[in-house]
Amino acid sequence: MTLGVYKTSVEIVTPESTTVGESGNREKEKSRSVRPVISLQNVKKDYSLGVETVHALRGITLDVLPGQFVAVMGASGSGKSTLLNLIGCLDRPSEGTYLLDGIDASHLSAAERADIRNQKIGFIFQSFNLLPRTSVWENVEAPMLYAGLPKDVRAERVRHALKTVGISEKAKALPNQLSGGQQQRVAVARALVNRPPLMLADEPTGNLDSVTAEEIMKFLQDLNVRRHITLVMVTHEADIAAYARRVIQMKDGLIQSDYMK
Amino acid sequence: MNFRMILKISIKALNRNKVRSVLTMLGIIIGVGSLISMVSLGQGAQMQIQEAIAARGANLLYVRPGSRRTRGYHGGAGTINTLVPADAEAILAECPSVAMASPSVGVSAQVIFGNQNWSTRIEGFNQEFPEIRNWKVAQGTFFDETHLKTAARVAVLGQTVSDLLFPGMDPVGQTMRIRNLPFQVIGVLEKKGQSSWGRDNDDTVVVPYTTVQKKMLGGILNIQSIIISAISARATYTAELQITETLRQRHKLRVSQENDFQVRNLSEYAEAAAETNQTMTVLLACIAAVSLLVGGIGIMNIMLVAVTERTREIGIRMAIGARPEHIRVQFLVESILLCLFGGMLGVTLGVVGSFAISGLLGWPTLLSSSSIVLGVGFSAMIGIFFGYYPAHKASMLDPIDALRYE
Ligand SMILES: Nc1ncnc2c1ncn2[C@@H]1O[C@H](COP(=O)(O)OP(=O)(O)OP(=O)(O)O)[C@@H](O)[C@H]1O
Ligand SMILES: [Mg+2]
Repeated sequence: MTLGVYKTSVEIVTPESTTVGESGNREKEKSRSVRPVISLQNVKKDYSLGVETVHALRGITLDVLPGQFVAVMGASGSGKSTLLNLIGCLDRPSEGTYLLDGIDASHLSAAERADIRNQKIGFIFQSFNLLPRTSVWENVEAPMLYAGLPKDVRAERVRHALKTVGISEKAKALPNQLSGGQQQRVAVARALVNRPPLMLADEPTGNLDSVTAEEIMKFLQDLNVRRHITLVMVTHEADIAAYARRVIQMKDGLIQSDYMK
Repeated sequence: MNFRMILKISIKALNRNKVRSVLTMLGIIIGVGSLISMVSLGQGAQMQIQEAIAARGANLLYVRPGSRRTRGYHGGAGTINTLVPADAEAILAECPSVAMASPSVGVSAQVIFGNQNWSTRIEGFNQEFPEIRNWKVAQGTFFDETHLKTAARVAVLGQTVSDLLFPGMDPVGQTMRIRNLPFQVIGVLEKKGQSSWGRDNDDTVVVPYTTVQKKMLGGILNIQSIIISAISARATYTAELQITETLRQRHKLRVSQENDFQVRNLSEYAEAAAETNQTMTVLLACIAAVSLLVGGIGIMNIMLVAVTERTREIGIRMAIGARPEHIRVQFLVESILLCLFGGMLGVTLGVVGSFAISGLLGWPTLLSSSSIVLGVGFSAMIGIFFGYYPAHKASMLDPIDALRYE
């Protein structure tokens, strides 16, 4: 039921000495030696609403290298969430190819995509999306159940993850007994337990006050720096995007700008 | 993802909505409960019929005079008197499958003792009667061959007659009057109870058949019927053939002629009764099955509601790596658990119900383990059958749509 054994080592990233404002394509040429975690080639996504067709993504070409921290910005309706869902294998592109960690993810079955989400990707949502009426402990344990990990490994990892996000004392609490910040920490812990190389966050601080938002962002940044977890984050706010080292601006289903700090 | 985890998730989900789970199960509980009590009722009736037949003697055969056909006129059974005691003797002598035979001739008569009187049947048999009818003497003795030869005025009473004529006293040795003739009571038969046709078996007086012929019917020579006991229950059919052959020869019937007698055995009645009863059992079981079906549809309905209600949960599970089959199994296990648990409660209800039926209404019931296994198995099958569609629907949800569901 699991998709192979996850390699604990994350490919070491040598941060490119790129200058601010450099285009994504030029950056790609510079880093041919490192395999991108995410590689999109002219990806399009259409939604049909009856007779009308919405072109949510109209040709996205994008590489994200291991260890990068990318912020995706843009106006509402520009296709940020659609892009993130495609990257997260929650959806399939209408056109184009998508390689995730070298695997062609454009034509996988629902079960194969489930395995990829389970093993390679940790999700953090704006609305936390914890399992309702299920304890913090069990929420964090859930991805490992689908991974088929043995009980002792699960217990050890839940304990460790809760400690990492600093809410060990809430293990028995239910999500609705926690503050938004605490819930998001649980979500982060849940995203971590299967040790995915990639984490995707869709407006992770959208429902949080600025102090809590900062806490969560510091934490995500820490994960990126210390654990070399690749992070792709959608946000509306410039000060949140400032935590990322690469910022992509989207407009009408296309990438408008892509620059590194 | 192992099965125990899925089981845990399912039990938790059911626990969250206890009232709803119980209400949903109610359909299955009632369905399985009625299935089990109906089947036990049917099997109880079956058993009663078989017992009644065994009580009368499973080996028992009757020979009655047939109807005579003269110039197109076809009389009813027993319209002619073709049977004589010698027929009974011949049957006994010539049919290997026959163990015992007794002529039978009876009249209705008033019996009097002291100031008590009672109208009853006086039935004449030979000394083999207790053996053939499987009907023992409780007090005193039965008459013997000497009584038969001398057409002695001796009587063996059925319990009802004994109770009515000799209340609170021992009838054996007393002299009572039948049609104004004095008879000595030499025995009382065991209580036999009602026949399956509702007649009181114990409302009878048994006397030597010769006495009925000579002392009560003015010296007639023929008899009304012959009761026969085959050597075993299995031998009744061959006995029937042998008896037919013997009687046809004795009555000098040509090949073209119909039998002037009828041979009947009780297993025919038993079969007819069993068939009627089986039809009833099947009918009752069908009604119970329909209620189970309705229960199953209730399960499907609730599972569909549960899937809709938990769409977001399904989306979350999918996002963190649940495969479609994980979701499908989770919901399927939920509906199977509902049905299995309901089925077990239903079995309990069915057992209690069938005890209640036999206790309160006095109807016989027979609980068989097979009907219990059937009930539980059936409910599990309903869980799978009616749970599959909602579970499949859940597993086919699009992760994004499910996550967005409010
Ligand atoms: N399931 C869907 N069916 C039809 N249209 C959709 C669907 N999902 C998204 N769209 C459309 O695709 C476009 C991009 O949507 P998307 O959710 O990616 O925007 P966004 O950039 O995330 O916006 P926001 O900042 O408001 O979250 C929008 O026009 C939206 O209406
Ligand atoms: Mg969005």
